[in-house]
Amino acid sequence: MANATEHAADKYYVPHESPWPIYGSATLFVFMIGLCGWLNEWYGPWVFATGVVMLIALFVGWFAVVINEHQRGMYNMQVDKSFRMGMMWFIFSEVMFFAAFFGALFYARQLSVPWIGGEGVKIFNKLLLFQDYTATWPTNGPAALGPRDDGSFETIPAFGLPAINTAILLLSGVTITIAHHALKEGNRKILNIFLAATFLLGFLFVGLQAEEYIHAYTELGLTLSTGIYGSTFFMLTGFHGVHVTLGAIMLLVIWFRTMKGHFTPQRHFGFEAVAWYWHFVDVVWLGLFVFVYWV
Amino acid sequence: MANTATHDHAHDHHDHKPHGLKRWLFATNHKDIGTMYLVFACAMFFMGGAMALVIRAELFQPGLQFVDPGFFNSMTTMHALLMIFGAVMPAWTGLANWMVPMQVGAPDMALPRLNNFSFWLLPFAFTLLLLTLFVPGGAPAGGWTLYPPLSLQAGDSFPLTIFAIHLMGISSILGAINVVVTILNMRAPGMGLLNMPLFCWTWLITAYLLIAVMPVLAGAVTMLLTDYFFGTSFFAASGGGDPVMFQHIFWFFGHPEVYILILPAFGVVSEIIPTFSRKPLFGYESMVYASASIAFLSFIVWAHHMFTVGMPLAGQLFFMLSTMLIAVPTGVKVFNWCATMWKGSISFETPMLFSIAFLFLFTIGGFSGLMLAIVPADFQYHDSYFVVAHFHYVLVPGAVFAIMAGVYYWLPKWSGRMYNEKVGKLHFWLSTIGVNVLFFPQHFLGLAGMPRRIPDYSTQFADWNMVSSIGAFIFGFSQLLFVYVIWSAVRSGEKAADRPWEGAHGLEWELPTPAPYHSWETPPSRAVISQGAMH
Repeated sequence: MANATEHAADKYYVPHESPWPIYGSATLFVFMIGLCGWLNEWYGPWVFATGVVMLIALFVGWFAVVINEHQRGMYNMQVDKSFRMGMMWFIFSEVMFFAAFFGALFYARQLSVPWIGGEGVKIFNKLLLFQDYTATWPTNGPAALGPRDDGSFETIPAFGLPAINTAILLLSGVTITIAHHALKEGNRKILNIFLAATFLLGFLFVGLQAEEYIHAYTELGLTLSTGIYGSTFFMLTGFHGVHVTLGAIMLLVIWFRTMKGHFTPQRHFGFEAVAWYWHFVDVVWLGLFVFVYWV
Repeated sequence: MANTATHDHAHDHHDHKPHGLKRWLFATNHKDIGTMYLVFACAMFFMGGAMALVIRAELFQPGLQFVDPGFFNSMTTMHALLMIFGAVMPAWTGLANWMVPMQVGAPDMALPRLNNFSFWLLPFAFTLLLLTLFVPGGAPAGGWTLYPPLSLQAGDSFPLTIFAIHLMGISSILGAINVVVTILNMRAPGMGLLNMPLFCWTWLITAYLLIAVMPVLAGAVTMLLTDYFFGTSFFAASGGGDPVMFQHIFWFFGHPEVYILILPAFGVVSEIIPTFSRKPLFGYESMVYASASIAFLSFIVWAHHMFTVGMPLAGQLFFMLSTMLIAVPTGVKVFNWCATMWKGSISFETPMLFSIAFLFLFTIGGFSGLMLAIVPADFQYHDSYFVVAHFHYVLVPGAVFAIMAGVYYWLPKWSGRMYNEKVGKLHFWLSTIGVNVLFFPQHFLGLAGMPRRIPDYSTQFADWNMVSSIGAFIFGFSQLLFVYVIWSAVRSGEKAADRPWEGAHGLEWELPTPAPYHSWETPPSRAVISQGAMH
């Protein structure tokens, strides 16, 4: 090993052949064709379920290899930096994915809904197509789509559960920062406690969101098919919720690793990647809180 | 550092190659993965080309001859999806895989396993897409742009198309992340960003565009999916949405996408023209800044694809002027290529021929783009064959010719063998004549009023359609020569020297021919880097 470290400075690390990439591609294929067949009613959910199981095996298997290689000291600082950059660019791609849905929200609120309501030169929309419709936000459109017979629906006020959820996520941002500082100072006990607090807050957030969804579906007449408001509301908060769930699972995995004594004060890319991801879902939530719930 | 890795290298100083099927299925080597990308792109090029020939056969004369209109529309849709996502983009990623590590002085891509993941997603994605040809309702037929509400009227093909696009998107994003990280983190010490070959620069910018806009496409098609299956109303006015919103989101992806297809071509041509002019590239830094400017502008011009759909006057003016502004950095590039050739001792080997054809024919496509940017003129050209002529000029004698130029240029380094120059030149001349006979008359057809995406047309358009179809078959069948010339070179070409082109610059030519399996196991010294730059 000492000999190998000597070479680390002038030799690059190229991993050997791995079955995981092609297994991963096949997994996504099964997952997606399963979903297609299910949606098209060719067959039941079983192919899709197989895809889900394969996907879990993919994550467990591939990450196990990488974690194991890391623990054996196979990654030099250059590989570490490649991982960091890769994670940052991946998060950037996620930001752009959310940007598409935020774009849809802003477009609907600022342009398409006022146009349907006959704003400016679009007055003919009002005169010829949608006489009875007045543009407002929130709206479920001229056809008043939604589960209720009278076409009405209610929204979730920002300063109820959503404000509590905001506090929860902001607090989790603080706890993970404390955990990070503890890791860098070598204080493993504080690290373990605050990391646990972080993922518990994460799962609490997801639980409260589920509660909110049930409330919306059963009592408020607010569903995915409640016009453009329901569409943007559930797609934005839904994709965010999926990301929080994934982030919380990632935190949980990292917690298992810190409990096993992984990571050093100097080298802890896995921890940092998850922390960045967690801050990313946090920031997205702030955008949601302001533009979906509040204003 | 890897115990096992160092051990193996100590064993085997030269190429430690895995053998058999595992070498390809479980690949982590940038050259193997690059080869798979290129072979895949070639297969898709021929499949998409066959679809184009179905289109041109049907349009050879007015009336319905061979296929029914629904299938014809499927052919135009599938041809576009296959050529864009299956042929051109994977071909560029394949070239990046081969060349970027060699050009920056790295042993491999930064994330080799991710690299193989991005490749293997593609065959699965296109399996999904091609399966649509066999499902009830047939393949998607609403155009590759998938505009609702038309695209929402598709049959069982709908989710397959959407998920195929998702897989292609994941593949592109991961591939692009790999390229960015390789360029930013794996450059040999002494290889500054502004010492990099332009192919690396243009790919760096391309990768940035890919990471920025492929997720937006994923978002757009996800909204289509939920509108189709889950009752959302993003694109339905009855619920407060707007079909035009899809066009905005789609083209926010779609316009940077066209630069994703062409920027690496600028890079390749910027490598080849100096080599065969035996002069250094004129205005290296201005090339870099021009590429970056084009990338920036590409984000703020998207609505020029949809002038006729209706938008406020201020919007039309903004998108018209920002679009025309792209001509400035593009003009810088064309000027620099011409200035590089000026007073050079030029020789006309096949890669140079393709590059010069690129220079002229891409410029024609650029000029017709400027015509289309003018709002009042676009009201006439929109959705006509003029548009078809425009984007095929920038994509076929633009992107595709540059890919072919790159393959001819680097093939000796890859395979260790020279291709047959005579057959290469024959391939070039047949392609260039064919492509112009194919697409130039489409300008006339469009200006005369022939709409795109129709299987039948008024008899006044008969003559030029016949000419165009003849060109299509000349161009299509001459591509078989491309496969032949590569095959025969790899099988039995003459041995190539380490630097087969006397005027070639760059680190890749400092490696032995054929390039060793792990390109630069130890970083090249500063002396080697400056030697590469000087040659």
